[in-house]
Amino acid sequence: MSTYFAGEYDVAVIGAGHAGIEAALASARLGCKTAIFTINMDAVGNCPCNPSIGGTAKGHLVREIDALGGEMGKTADECFLQMRMLNLGKGPAVHSLRAQIDRRKYQDVMKHKLELTENLDLRQAEITDIEQTKSGEWLLTTRMLAQFMAKTVIIATGTYLGGKIFIGEVSFESGPDGVFPATYLSESLRKLGIPTRRFKTGTPARVLRSSIDLDKLEVQEGDTPPVPFSYETQSLGENKVVCHISWTNENTKKIILDNIHRSPLYGGKIEGVGPRYCPSLEDKIVRFEHKERHQLFIEPCGLDTEEMYLQGMSSSLPEEVQLQFYHTIPGLENALIMRPAYAIEYDCIDPTSMNATLEFRDFEGLYGAGQFNGSSGYEEAAAQGLIAGINAAHKVQGKDEFILDRASSYIGTLIDDLVTKGANEPYRMMTSRSEYRLILRQDNADTRLTPIGHDIGLISDERFERFKEKQRLIEKEMHRVKQTTIPASEKLNEILVSRETSPVEGGIRLFELLKRPQLNYKVLKDVDTDRPNLADAIFEQVEIAIKYEGYIKKQLAQVEQMRKLEEKRLPKDVDYKELTGLRLEAQEKLNRVRPANIGQASRISGVSPADISVLLIWLAKSSHNKNTEVDN
Amino acid sequence: MNNSTIAAISTAQGLGGIGVIRISGDEAITIADKIFVKINGEKLREAKGYTAHFGHVFYNGEKIDECIATVFKAPHSYTGENVVELSCHGGTFVTKTVLRAVLDNGAISAQAGEFTKRAFLNGKLDLTEAEAVMDIIGAKSAAAARSALSVHEGKLSEKINEIKNDLVNRAAHLCAWADYPEEDIEEVEFDTLKNALQGAQDKLFDLLKNYDKGKAIREGIDTVIVGRPNVGKSTLMNLITGCDKSIVTDIAGTTRDIVEETAVVKDITLHLSDTAGIRDADNAIEKIGVDKAKKRLNTAELIIAVFDASASIDDDDKALLDDLKGTTCIAVINKDDLELKIDIEAIKNVTEYIVYMSAKNSTGFEKFEDAVEKIVGTSDFDSSNAVLSNERQRSLAKNAHKALIDAISALKLGMTYDAVTVALEEAISYLCELTGERVTQTVVDNVFHQFCVGK
Repeated sequence: MSTYFAGEYDVAVIGAGHAGIEAALASARLGCKTAIFTINMDAVGNCPCNPSIGGTAKGHLVREIDALGGEMGKTADECFLQMRMLNLGKGPAVHSLRAQIDRRKYQDVMKHKLELTENLDLRQAEITDIEQTKSGEWLLTTRMLAQFMAKTVIIATGTYLGGKIFIGEVSFESGPDGVFPATYLSESLRKLGIPTRRFKTGTPARVLRSSIDLDKLEVQEGDTPPVPFSYETQSLGENKVVCHISWTNENTKKIILDNIHRSPLYGGKIEGVGPRYCPSLEDKIVRFEHKERHQLFIEPCGLDTEEMYLQGMSSSLPEEVQLQFYHTIPGLENALIMRPAYAIEYDCIDPTSMNATLEFRDFEGLYGAGQFNGSSGYEEAAAQGLIAGINAAHKVQGKDEFILDRASSYIGTLIDDLVTKGANEPYRMMTSRSEYRLILRQDNADTRLTPIGHDIGLISDERFERFKEKQRLIEKEMHRVKQTTIPASEKLNEILVSRETSPVEGGIRLFELLKRPQLNYKVLKDVDTDRPNLADAIFEQVEIAIKYEGYIKKQLAQVEQMRKLEEKRLPKDVDYKELTGLRLEAQEKLNRVRPANIGQASRISGVSPADISVLLIWLAKSSHNKNTEVDN
Repeated sequence: MNNSTIAAISTAQGLGGIGVIRISGDEAITIADKIFVKINGEKLREAKGYTAHFGHVFYNGEKIDECIATVFKAPHSYTGENVVELSCHGGTFVTKTVLRAVLDNGAISAQAGEFTKRAFLNGKLDLTEAEAVMDIIGAKSAAAARSALSVHEGKLSEKINEIKNDLVNRAAHLCAWADYPEEDIEEVEFDTLKNALQGAQDKLFDLLKNYDKGKAIREGIDTVIVGRPNVGKSTLMNLITGCDKSIVTDIAGTTRDIVEETAVVKDITLHLSDTAGIRDADNAIEKIGVDKAKKRLNTAELIIAVFDASASIDDDDKALLDDLKGTTCIAVINKDDLELKIDIEAIKNVTEYIVYMSAKNSTGFEKFEDAVEKIVGTSDFDSSNAVLSNERQRSLAKNAHKALIDAISALKLGMTYDAVTVALEEAISYLCELTGERVTQTVVDNVFHQFCVGK
């Protein structure tokens, strides 16, 4: 058999999951001739785990992807079944939107969008080998021996790369949902000099709706009215489904502990590192042995299916044990398992070998995104895909690198964490990962990022005009609130007293009232008689800016400090071993991570403030040297 | 890091005639204006570079010292940044207080070699000089590694970690509660959180208080000699210091300004100030001296109150005894070679440390020395509780303390917990800076350690 030449592209994306899709759409939309390869045409945009998009911190990512011109938010809106804003009452920094989605519809919609996108070819093929030619371009070979040339390559292989499924004593090579794994590419990467390592993740069983006794379970409704992810979505319509809640008990625990030796994880068969935040039920029971019960959510997988997802119940125990313990759970006594829970192990790389553009430092034109980079989650993958796609396109077009810093977004925080600190386990976004979370809210993602998305070219002029109009209205309303005085009245004081805040004697600025934590736009409606008729989103921006002003200022001051350090760029080709004054650990870490600037260097664990001082002096010294040379 | 305004005492520690506090950075002049009041009321920010200005330095509303402020404007200064040098009277207490005033108004404590580092970074030094600074920094981290083993550093980490760990646990709970809304993580109780924050704030307050005490032991105790005129204060001063610095005459009111001297009594260093006799002065110049003496009474760490054994308690004595209530004080009943006329009961109400002596004849001095040793050994001067050992650490602890006050007030106001968390994490971040860790990762790890979370 011999290879044949099949075509040339600017950007080739390997994998059509959530990372690959955003990468391919971004690069094609930016005018690059793009190919996206999927191992199975029916697996495009699959959600092999929970049938939902968003959630804490992940909801932030989806809003940010949307604000930059990505696709995930819009498609989630189109396929939503139920919307919930999580954490209401805990403060705007941690509000997070989550959508239950119709899983199959999501795949269809995404696949169709790929098919309709100009400059983009969606192809079914397993890429088995990549190599860099002397000219610096990349040669990709498929299982069918087709060869493609591409200026840049984005690897987004998810759990397919070297995928292996474990269910109790049974294990076999497989991608998620029984699709073929990608079995050759890892070896090709290792040949290039890119070491791989094993991570693992898992998913719970799917059960038949009619076999669940839903009547005994607590119901979880969506929000009314449901709020969309995308700043573009005008209206969602009604929620279409409810979810249900149940709990494990002593019997569940006993069955799991009695069979723990049959778990491939505890039996030592799985070598991959699993995520701490996404433990299997057996993990939870072993690690928190005093906890009597664990909660689970029963979520529909779609409108045209009776499969139900059991959130919180992932396991790699044998199928018969799964059956036993699922049956101990109220409502699931007679549940029919349609697909068993499983653990999946896969190959990924050390993300500290990448720049914040998600390009491999040592391989020009080679990018990675998603689980391949050591993250976990659809949203984390999509965010990286978008950034890798933009950067690959910029590289092809000779434009500047596109990097979001930590203070700009959760996307920037996610990527900075990955490339600076690396990942010892699959990395999940959390609000606690961001030190600037009061300014990086999901409600202001458009303010933060849409101008950037417009600059890049992924946000249309029309959308940008609408954005600017919204900003203008926010400013106008802010001005009104600062100028408006609410006269003292019985009605006002009634409201104040009923909200347990002190009544006023004279008139008071509306601004001052909104500052009080006990008050908001809604409760002041009757006394704020001149209020214009504006969208809730506009009132929300004004209210948060007023109420949290002091805290936002605190964070902005921290951001300014951080950005000053980020401005001090470190050269790419320095050998830190040569820098006397640095401690040994710092030399090694700096050589591995190769930070782009002093700010990033200071976030590497093992690099101390004293090491940073040495770097600063060395940096100034070398630029001083250069200046002197120029002077001469 | 490089753009903050830094400050440090830039003259040798000890008892030089003049002590210079150097402030460098964008805000140097603004900060100096907050604590330095020029005699004609003009602001330093109006001043040109290379100019010197006479005035006073204030801390917490108290006038600390006379001072000459020299203004240098960027780039024409040692560091190439805006620089103000405050030259005040030498002596550890005064210079440290001025530095503290500067730090409390927005400057941060300069690291070793930092002025030089900045000078280099701004192109003010040549390469050879910069190499020397690199050596200093290299040496510093090696020294830091060694000192980490020392008892003192160990104790600091222990104390700060105790406070920090509790705060990290609270932050982790708040984060877990926000990051995993669908896990059954218990609600964060308002009172529990408030008490925890309050507890940490109190502990930091104690540390800051003890810092001052510990500093006294290490650096000497600020001691003032007071008493109404002509009871023999200057004679006593000279006896303690062993030299004739105070002018001794028979004319009441001879000492009109404060005379400072350092002496060692039983291995305890006393920074002594002899003051004008406290009385209702009619002479204007003497009155200034009396006012100064009264102020010293408020700031001193140890007071030696001198009374005349041969005279009965008069109105000036009574006023002084009132001022002495609640202070750390030794009462010296001087001139005990003369006929005793003094009513000792009134003095016993104020202090149990009463020493009879005759400074003029040098009799009873051993009893005085014993009293100093005893009062320092048993009173509030307990250095073993002092774990903050320098101004950098103090300044970080103080910032953490301030952030906790913000967190508590956010909580009490009824702000949502995300706002409280901003202030709480700010406090943790200062404490982590003290112990050399970083904050966000600490919290994240703790979430996994403590809570059962996940899908």
